[in-house]
Formats: sequence, C-alpha cells, structure tokens
Amino acid sequence: MERFLQVVVDGIADGSVYAALALALVLIFRSTGVVNFAQGEMAMFATFVAWALADAGVPLLLAVLGALVFAFAAGMVVERLLIRPVEGSNPLSLVIVTLGLFIVVNSAAGWIWGFNIKEFPALFPRGVAEIGNVSLSIESLGIIAVLLVVVGLLWLLFTKTPIGLAMRAAAQSPSSARLVGVPVGRMLMLGWGLASLLGALAGVLVAHRLFLDTNLMAGVLVYSFAGAALGGFDSPIGAVVGSWIIGVTEALAGTYIDVIGSDLKVLVPLGIIFVVLVVRPAGLFGSPEVTRA
Amino acid sequence: MILPLLAATLLLAACGRDDSGGGGGGGGGSSNAPGITDTTVKLGSSYPFSGPASAYSAIPKSLNGFFKKLNDNGGVNGRKVQFITYDDGYEPQRALANAKRLVEQDKVFAIVNPLGTANNLAMRDYLNQNKVPQLFVATGATVFGSDQAKFPFTTGWQPTYQTESKVYAEYLKSAKPNAKVAVLFQNDGFGKDLLSGFTEGIKGSGISIVAQESYEATDPTVAPQVKKLAASKADTFLDITTPKAGAQAIATVAQTGWKPLHILNSVAASKAQVLKPVGFQYAQGIVTASYFKALDDPQWANDEAVKDLKADLAKYAPDADPTDPYTVYGWLVGETIVQALQKMSSPTRDALVDAAKHLNYNSGLLLPGITVKTDGDSDPYPIEAMQIAQFTGQNFVLKGSVIQASSG
Amino acid sequence: MSLVRVTAGSRAHMALRAGTALIVAIVLIAIPFNSNPSLNGNLTLVMSYAVASMGLGLLVGYAGQISLGQGAFFAIGAYAAAAMLAKTGLPYLLALPLAAAVTFAIGLAFGIPAVRVRGLYLALITLALAVAVGPVIKRAEPVTGGVSGLSAPQPPVPGWLAVDPDQWLYLLSLVVTALMLLLAANLTRGSLGRALVAIRDGERAARTSGVHVSRTKALLFAVAGAYAGVGGGLFTYAQGFVAPESFTLLLSFTFLGAVVVGGLGTVIGSVLGALFVVFVPQYAGDVNQALTGVIYGCTLIAVVYLLPGGAAGLLRRLRRLLVDVIEPAPAVPVPEPSPPPEAQRGVHDAVPTSDPAPTGGDPAARGLRP
Repeated sequence: MERFLQVVVDGIADGSVYAALALALVLIFRSTGVVNFAQGEMAMFATFVAWALADAGVPLLLAVLGALVFAFAAGMVVERLLIRPVEGSNPLSLVIVTLGLFIVVNSAAGWIWGFNIKEFPALFPRGVAEIGNVSLSIESLGIIAVLLVVVGLLWLLFTKTPIGLAMRAAAQSPSSARLVGVPVGRMLMLGWGLASLLGALAGVLVAHRLFLDTNLMAGVLVYSFAGAALGGFDSPIGAVVGSWIIGVTEALAGTYIDVIGSDLKVLVPLGIIFVVLVVRPAGLFGSPEVTRA
Repeated sequence: MILPLLAATLLLAACGRDDSGGGGGGGGGSSNAPGITDTTVKLGSSYPFSGPASAYSAIPKSLNGFFKKLNDNGGVNGRKVQFITYDDGYEPQRALANAKRLVEQDKVFAIVNPLGTANNLAMRDYLNQNKVPQLFVATGATVFGSDQAKFPFTTGWQPTYQTESKVYAEYLKSAKPNAKVAVLFQNDGFGKDLLSGFTEGIKGSGISIVAQESYEATDPTVAPQVKKLAASKADTFLDITTPKAGAQAIATVAQTGWKPLHILNSVAASKAQVLKPVGFQYAQGIVTASYFKALDDPQWANDEAVKDLKADLAKYAPDADPTDPYTVYGWLVGETIVQALQKMSSPTRDALVDAAKHLNYNSGLLLPGITVKTDGDSDPYPIEAMQIAQFTGQNFVLKGSVIQASSG
Repeated sequence: MSLVRVTAGSRAHMALRAGTALIVAIVLIAIPFNSNPSLNGNLTLVMSYAVASMGLGLLVGYAGQISLGQGAFFAIGAYAAAAMLAKTGLPYLLALPLAAAVTFAIGLAFGIPAVRVRGLYLALITLALAVAVGPVIKRAEPVTGGVSGLSAPQPPVPGWLAVDPDQWLYLLSLVVTALMLLLAANLTRGSLGRALVAIRDGERAARTSGVHVSRTKALLFAVAGAYAGVGGGLFTYAQGFVAPESFTLLLSFTFLGAVVVGGLGTVIGSVLGALFVVFVPQYAGDVNQALTGVIYGCTLIAVVYLLPGGAAGLLRRLRRLLVDVIEPAPAVPVPEPSPPPEAQRGVHDAVPTSDPAPTGGDPAARGLRP
C-alpha cells in the first residue's frame, strides 16, 4: 500500500513537469486559438538565457526574472513578425511555421550553447518531506505550489479582469471583438508573450532535475499535450490535473503491469488521449465546443 | 499540371549531368583508387551535427584539428588529407545518402569513422558492394567487424560494448562475487549490446541480475526507472546510459538514499560533462571503464602526450572542448587513420583495408598497457582492453590493471 | 501576356498536354542514365516520401483533416515490406500491396473512431499514434528485428533489363509513384473528390447533399494510410534496411512540411515538397555546417510566407505565363456550368479563404481555430 502511495506521489511529481509546459500550451490556445508546436523549444531557449545569466554571476532569482522578461518580449515579437502574417490563412501553414520555428530555435540554442548538459541551479532547497513512509522532495512540492499559484493567477486574469476578457474575445471571435473595440492584434501579442513567459517558467522549474540541454523539452512536449488534452485545452486547472493524471497512470502502469514495462509505458498516456478525445474532446474541465447551425 | 513537372525535371536532369566515367579526383588517379593522388587523399564521414545526438559533433571538430596539424607537417607519405563530413541528423537514410554522395560525387578514397550503429548498418551493404572502405566506425556495436567474410571492408575501432561489459563482469567477479545487480539501459542497440555482453560475462558466477529497466532516448527523465530499481534493493547498479540520462540517474540514486556500487558505462562517465553538473559529492565511488587519458585528469597533468595534445588543440582546434572526452577520442581516431594510410602498401582501397587490419601500435593518449592491434580476420577489433577507474574526490582513479576482453 | 493561348478542351489543348506528358516521361526516364548513384538514390528516396505526402495531401489538402501520424503509417508499411522481404520467400513485388493492405486496415481501424474528432484534437490523436509506433516496433522484435533494425534484400535487377541496381530502383519507384499519382488525381476528380471538397467546405452542408461524412472521412484515413504504406515499401526497396531511428516524430512533420511547401490541394505538390524536404537539409550543411537546422527552418518559414500556394502554385503561375487556357464561350447561358478542367483549377479552390471570420460551414472543420 505504501509503495502504491509512493508511486502515485512520484507520478504527481513527474506529472508536474508536464503540467508546467501544459499551462503554456493552454494559455496560448485560450488567448490566440492556435497551438504552438515550438512552445517547448522557446521555453528551453529562455531557460538557457537564465542559465547564462546565472553563470555570469547574476543572482539566481534575477537571472530567472531576466529570462521571463526575455521570453515575454520574444513571444510578442514572434507573434507580430512570424505568426501574424499567416494567422488568417490556412491553419496548416501555421503548423508548419511553428514547426520551422521549432527547428530554428533548437538549432540556434545548440549553436550558441553547445550540446552538452548544463547544471541549472536549484530553485528550491534540497530535502525531502515525509508523511509516514511516503516521501516527496521539497523541489516537487515547490513546483506544485508554483503551478497552483499560476493557475490561480490565470483564473483571475481570464475571469475577473477586463484584459483577460478582451484576450478571450480576441481568440474566439476576432472580427466581433474588433467591432466592440478590442485591439485584437495587441491581445494576440499579449497572449503569445504570456504563454512564452509561462513556458520559460516551466523550463526554469524543471531544468534542475532534468538537466539543461537542447533536448530539455523535446520529450516533455508530447506529454504536456496529452495532459492539456485530457484536462481540456481551454482550462488551466485542467492542464495541471490532466498532467498529473497522465503522470500517475504512467507510473502505475510501469510499476504494476509487467507486460507493459518501461518501454511501452508511454502507451498509457497516449491511450488516454485517444479515448478522451474521441469520447469527450473538451476534456475533463474544458467547455464543450458549441457550433451554431 | 504537367507543365510544371516538366520544368522541375528539366532542372533536375541538368544538375544531374555527371562527368563520372572518367577517373577519380585529380591527376594520376586510376579507377582503382579514386580520391588519392601523390599529394592528396580524400576521406569522408557522416556525423550528427544536428538532432538528438549532436553532442558527438565534438569528434569531427577534433578530427578536423588533427588533420590540420597533420597537413601543416607535410601530411602522411607526402599526401595531405582532405576530410569531408556531412550531417545526417542521426537518421540512417541520411547517413546512407551522405555515404553515396561522398563516394559518387566527392569521390573519396575511404569513409572513416561514421557515427551511429543504425547509420553504419544502413551504409554497410552499399560500401562493401562498391568496395569502399568503411573504417574505424564510431560505434561500439559488436556487429561491426564480426562478419569479415560478408563485410570485409568494414572495421570497428573503439572497444566494443561487449568488451566493455565483459570488463565490468570481470571486475565484479573479483570485487563483489555475489553481487545482485539492477540494470538501467537505453532501449536501443547500444543498451542491449552492453546488457547482453554483461549477461554473457557473468554466466557461471555468483552474480545475478535481479531487476532491469529500459528507457527511451526521448524520455524526459529516467527518475521513475531508477526509483523502481532502487526499490529492488540490489547492491549493484549497472548504468547503461548516455550523458543526460546518466546524470539524471546519479542524481536520482542520491535522492532515494540507495547506495549501490554504481557502475557507469564509459559513454556517460565524463567528469566534466556529466559528473560536474550533477555534483562531485554525489558521484563518489562510481566505477567505470576507460581506455584513454582524460585531459582534465590531474594524474596526467605532466604527461607528455597530454601536454602535447592540449597545445595542439589550442593551436589547431581552438573551439574544441579539451574536457570533452570525445575530443580525445577524435584525435585518437585520427592517429589510427594515419597509421593505416602510412602502412598501406599501395595507393589502393584494398591496401588501405589490409593495413587497417594489420595494425599494431601504441599511442601516448591511450592508457598504459592498451594498444591498437588488429590481425586480419582472427582479430578484427583494434582496441579490446579497458581499465577500471573509480571516482574518488574529484577524479577518476585507475584501479587494478588493464583488463583484456576480446569481443570475438 | 502569355505566349500561347488555347481553348480548354480543344485539340490544341489536348495535344499540348499529351506532348508535355510525353516529354516529361522521357526526361524522367532519362535522368538515371545521366547522373550518378548518389543522385539516383536521393531521387528514389524523394519518390518514397512523395507517395506518402500524396496521401497526406489528400487528407489535409482536400479534406482539411490534419494528421501528424503519417510517419507512423510510413514506418508500418516499411517494416511490413521489410519483414516480408527478409523472412518470406514471396516475390518482392508483393511487398507493396502487402504494405498497402496492412496500413489501409490500420488506417481504417484508426479512422473510424478518429472521425468523431476535429481540428486540433485530431492532430493530437494522430500525434499520439506517431509517438506510439516507435516503442511498439522495438517491442515486436521477432517481426521487426527490434532495436537493431531489419535488413531486407532489395529487388534484383530483372535479367532482361541491362541497367545498374540504382537505376533499376529509381525506375521501379518511378513507375509506382506515377501510378499512385494517377490514382490520386482520379480520386480527386471523381465523386470521392467532390465529396472531400464538400466535407472540407462544410460538413453540415455536405451531409444534406447526401455525402456520408463519417464513412468518407474514415475511408480517407485508410487511403492516406495506404499511401504512406506504399511509400514505406518503396523506402524499404531503396534502403535495404529499416531501423527505428529512421522513423522519428520529425518524419511526420516532414511529410506535413512537404505537403505545405509543395502546395496544398495539389497532387503534384507532394512531389515538389518531397524534393524540398530531402534536398534542403542535405545541402543546408554546405552553407554552414553548424547551422543546418537554422537554415532549414528558416527556409521552411520563408517558403510558407513567400509562396502561399507552395511550389506548385509558383509553377502554375509560370505555366500561365507560357500558356493561357481559356474557357470556351458558352453557347447558351446554363445554370450548371461544366466543371472546369483540372488544369484550370487554381490553388484558390483548394485552400480555404483567408477571411478569419466564419462565413458559414463548420469553423472547427477548417482546422485549429476554435
């Protein structure tokens, strides 16, 4: 029983890694209506910026802040220069542009900082919290706490502030939003900037335990998509809970179902996405799409 | 609809026009020996300059510096080496395309040190069918060199994964004869090859494998697998990982409080690239096997070969990282290539392969007691020995003596 | 403005088309005898990618369904062919229909539930498929050779043909690719094609016109899968070796890239796009070895901006400079004009309008926008 609880707790801790990036994916979808396949790479790049600053002697928290600011600005620039021209046209063109961005950012990071792993300083104290015989690292607790705070802030932003409302309007119906005076272009830029900032936050949270290199987010991205899909692409809390569920089921399957083993345990979250999206595409927490006849 | 296709294919046909059918590159080259003249020899290779395995691009960086120095000093047998490399992104189909380009368009004399098990498998048939040397492949897969009858133009170079794992098995038999081993391995040729060599090596002894977990190169972290292995309470941990996963494994072992004898395979056992980011305090006692000297190892600080290499790197490959073991690897490969070029009895591909299969020399960069030796079909593997080293304080300290473990 | 003017359907038009087709065929067949095995090998790889992209183009360009899983079907087809060639003594030509059958079946099995899903969510479940295929291949070691990959004997040159092996593989792939191209053109011209366009432009309206939407979409998945399977089979013929490393997630994105770069909604675009995705990464390294990724990615983005119609659109414009095909003047105004000849159909028909505001039909069907 203890082992079971420990596996569950470990699953939540691992799931939190996916959740951090999933929040960025959800934010960008909610505020701009597009999916950014380069989200993970942009997050990785910003994390490198934080690392470079810290390595140059800047105090860690300032370095992280610097990276967040960089990411925010970069996100806005990317939206304005790269995404805006293709926004209105074919959605597939948008996919290919984000794919091109993925390749460019990944390569550029490798060219600038090389391909060997870097140690990213820990944001949280070392140590383990124990309840009974189940343990959870302080770092994991810290990540979970930050996630929940972010979820809360996003909820406040989108439901209680006029700017959040404007962002949602700009995403769901740009032409109608323009009619009521919403500066759609600026809202889209803001959305991308915020999502990029969240991605950078995800990167700095997990870089210590995953070790920083150009492949930091490559493996995480698919799991984050799974978590966001399960939770509902327009729900921040859904992204977090969905990612946790993914982490836990994967851990349980890997531990207890021998025929699955570690090599096939990735099929568990994939199977979950498949079932959820076919049965209830809006996910657990999302609002179902309503199409007018 | 058809017209556009016409335009495209006319363009293609135009650039496809080839002047092949003539001789090899440069004057004096007969169709028997493309890519070699009295003053130059062209060599080619395929490496992952982009993609998930791009960390290995340290090898061509170093090799390029090596050839620069060689050419500065007159080349080998009066021939300067031109080394052409292409990026394959670690994809076998691109590696094969690169090999064909090197042979057909660049007309290289030989393909040397291409990287990656699958990549080398992809080009092996083509190169052997066309009698092009595929020498000193950059992979420890035992299969390269084992089938001399079918693939006579292919040789290995580094200690094979099976050699390495047998070295670990030998070490364990004396250090911990009844060890209970938990294994973490990358789910690909490298991981499985090492695991099977180890399993072979411990047969008949008191050592047993009590748990094993695999991981995919694309997994974000190996922490779950390591935690599962920790729960097995094994007293030995055989860690067959690549650098990033190796670092994660070391960190997770420390976190769980599991204290096994941690055997870390050589690919992940770099002090500067892996142990330092994790933290030396968590790496104490880690055992690995090595076959060459590390440039940041204080025990070799006054070693002539090491000092020379540091100076050479500063001069000829200033952007190469001296603390990266693959920098030394690349330089060593260069030395072997030159040995083969020097010894070949005539400027033909057959002679080059023959020279590569009859090597016998020492390098100051190899650990004392380890030589580069091949002997035709009976001994196709150039390096078959390694020595155990254990991480103590801030460095790997060599233990015992060199262990010979043939792969054949 | 153009050099030549012909009336659609006239004898001059037909002659021009037939003549062009003949010249193209001659050039294509002549290429392998005037190049080298390296270029032939690359072109053969291009053709296997082109066939896979063709299928994806049908799915994406004509039906507006985004799939990130084409690489998975390609891998399955390649492995099915390799397993047959390596482990059975069956005639090698059977490898292609076998690969097509296996991937058709899996595509159908996948497509039936998948049709309930749209846009972003469809992209995600196909992404899941693409990620799942690697571990499954590695696990199925007895059939697939597991992590070490599988070597497969390549189709031998027939005795009655005096050509080199690389030329033979090129010609074999050329014949198969041409057949698949003709098949795709026929599919898009016939009732299936009309059904696809109807679905893409508005599912509800399509349904009321009598199009059986779910069945058509599922069938389309199966067809796209089968195309990828045949492409995979050609891959196995040409490479003689398959390994999990050949079929990464990036491959699925590569096919998508080929479809967009080549020109959405055109069948010939897949060939042009395949040329792009095979040659540009290879030669990006010649510009700057350390920056191959940056160069490739930037080129990809640049093409999307500068050529929204893809390479096919560009060539279409070039063609219009040379030849202007005009509609015959109708004798009497007719309420239902005859469908324009295929050559006349511009990229505009196939790509959704650029107005982001929904003008009707199902917005979600157009892709990722909610």
